[in-house]
Amino acid sequence: MKLYLKIWRQKDASTPGKIVDYTLDGVEGDMSFLEMLDILNEELVSKGEEPVEFDHDCREGICGTCSLQINGEPHGPDRLVTTCQLHMRKFNDGDTIVIEPFRAKAFPVIKDLIVDRSAFDRIQQAGGYISVNTSGNTIDANTIPINKYDADEAMDAATCIGCGACVAACKNASAMLFTSAKVSQFALLPQGQVEATERVQNMVRQMDLEGFGNCTNTGACEVECPKGISLTNIARMNREYLSATCKG
Amino acid sequence: MSLIKSSLARKYVMALSGLFLVTFLILHVAINLASVFSPDFFNEASHFMGYNPIIQFLMQPILIIGVIVHFVMGFVLEIQNKKARDVSYVKYKGSANAPWVSRNMIYSGLVILAFLALHFYDFWVHEMAYKYVEANPEDPTRYYYETVEKFAPFWRTILYVVSFVLLSLHLWHGFASSFQSMGVNNKYTAGFKKFAKIFAVVVPLAFAFIAIYHHLNPITH
Repeated sequence: MKLYLKIWRQKDASTPGKIVDYTLDGVEGDMSFLEMLDILNEELVSKGEEPVEFDHDCREGICGTCSLQINGEPHGPDRLVTTCQLHMRKFNDGDTIVIEPFRAKAFPVIKDLIVDRSAFDRIQQAGGYISVNTSGNTIDANTIPINKYDADEAMDAATCIGCGACVAACKNASAMLFTSAKVSQFALLPQGQVEATERVQNMVRQMDLEGFGNCTNTGACEVECPKGISLTNIARMNREYLSATCKG
Repeated sequence: MSLIKSSLARKYVMALSGLFLVTFLILHVAINLASVFSPDFFNEASHFMGYNPIIQFLMQPILIIGVIVHFVMGFVLEIQNKKARDVSYVKYKGSANAPWVSRNMIYSGLVILAFLALHFYDFWVHEMAYKYVEANPEDPTRYYYETVEKFAPFWRTILYVVSFVLLSLHLWHGFASSFQSMGVNNKYTAGFKKFAKIFAVVVPLAFAFIAIYHHLNPITH
């Protein structure tokens, strides 16, 4: 199929970017979206032009590295997939595809379609951990009885790959879904109780410091999340934060 | 202090002030419906609300503060949200993942705020002038006549009805959303969301019915 691509090109963080038009022929429906960009880049390189920079790593939908706002939606029009698992059969011959970086003040553009998502790392560092004795007598986690429902909920929250689609989709560029998933995966488990009060307060504080927006409960993040992280996590974080603040 | 600066705390304030205003709406629509079905009861209830010192000097200021807190916090959140995305998307397909009402609460809210200015001018300013500026004597039978008379002009009735449509849209998302902001999302949430949507239609519809009814049934002397 033949596609008309409108791609955001930006030399570096301090240079203003712009949309550049490309026409790409010979795209197969079985290609992934990133493979389509690979072909475009091969053409650009063969013509002596600079290739389009974009983030990618595992290409299996599990690392959270790929991003891209595709035709106005993070990870494109398909549901529960990352850009690397988005197939070109979702598009039609002659389609125009607008490809932009994830947009948020807290995700500054590094180059072209690559943004700096280290704000997520700093939120995680602020409290997304538990204390474990590693001095030789570490207790096997499986020896602690955990309610099946809680274990499943914690695991569901832990499937967040930190790609940033929630921020990209949100009209407010809010990081509540990411932060709440990282709070929830520990809040639901006995191992997470030791730092529970400080964790939610510190992670929310860091989230605010990074400049993310507030939550309007539109649910866009939940719809666009490639891992199906639920809004119930945001409600849980809101409860945890209220409880932690009351405790002081 | 950390609570005041927090994004979550601002959402708590927004949610609680919104829920407070919802409870006021229930009282307001109940009394107003009496103007259609029982003008005498409407006069009695309005006189009680207008002259009871607890309502006048405690509940009324709390209500006004609730309204101010809700819209000021709405503006604060909106400004912060706009700042959080300093470069806009060339193409942003909001309709693909979120309902229009949830993405445009600020606009439905602004229309309601403009309506409140008109509504306060129509009833509250008049009431304050009647009681405290002109110092007129108590008249427990005037309220029904004053209310019906207000809806005589077609333009005012239309403005009120249009505002009630926007109120419906605002409640459609806001009522259930306030519980999510307060951390309530459990097995009852799906059922409550349905109730909240019915509430968001029925209450504004009742207000619109009252306005249209009085417009079509003027008091003839």
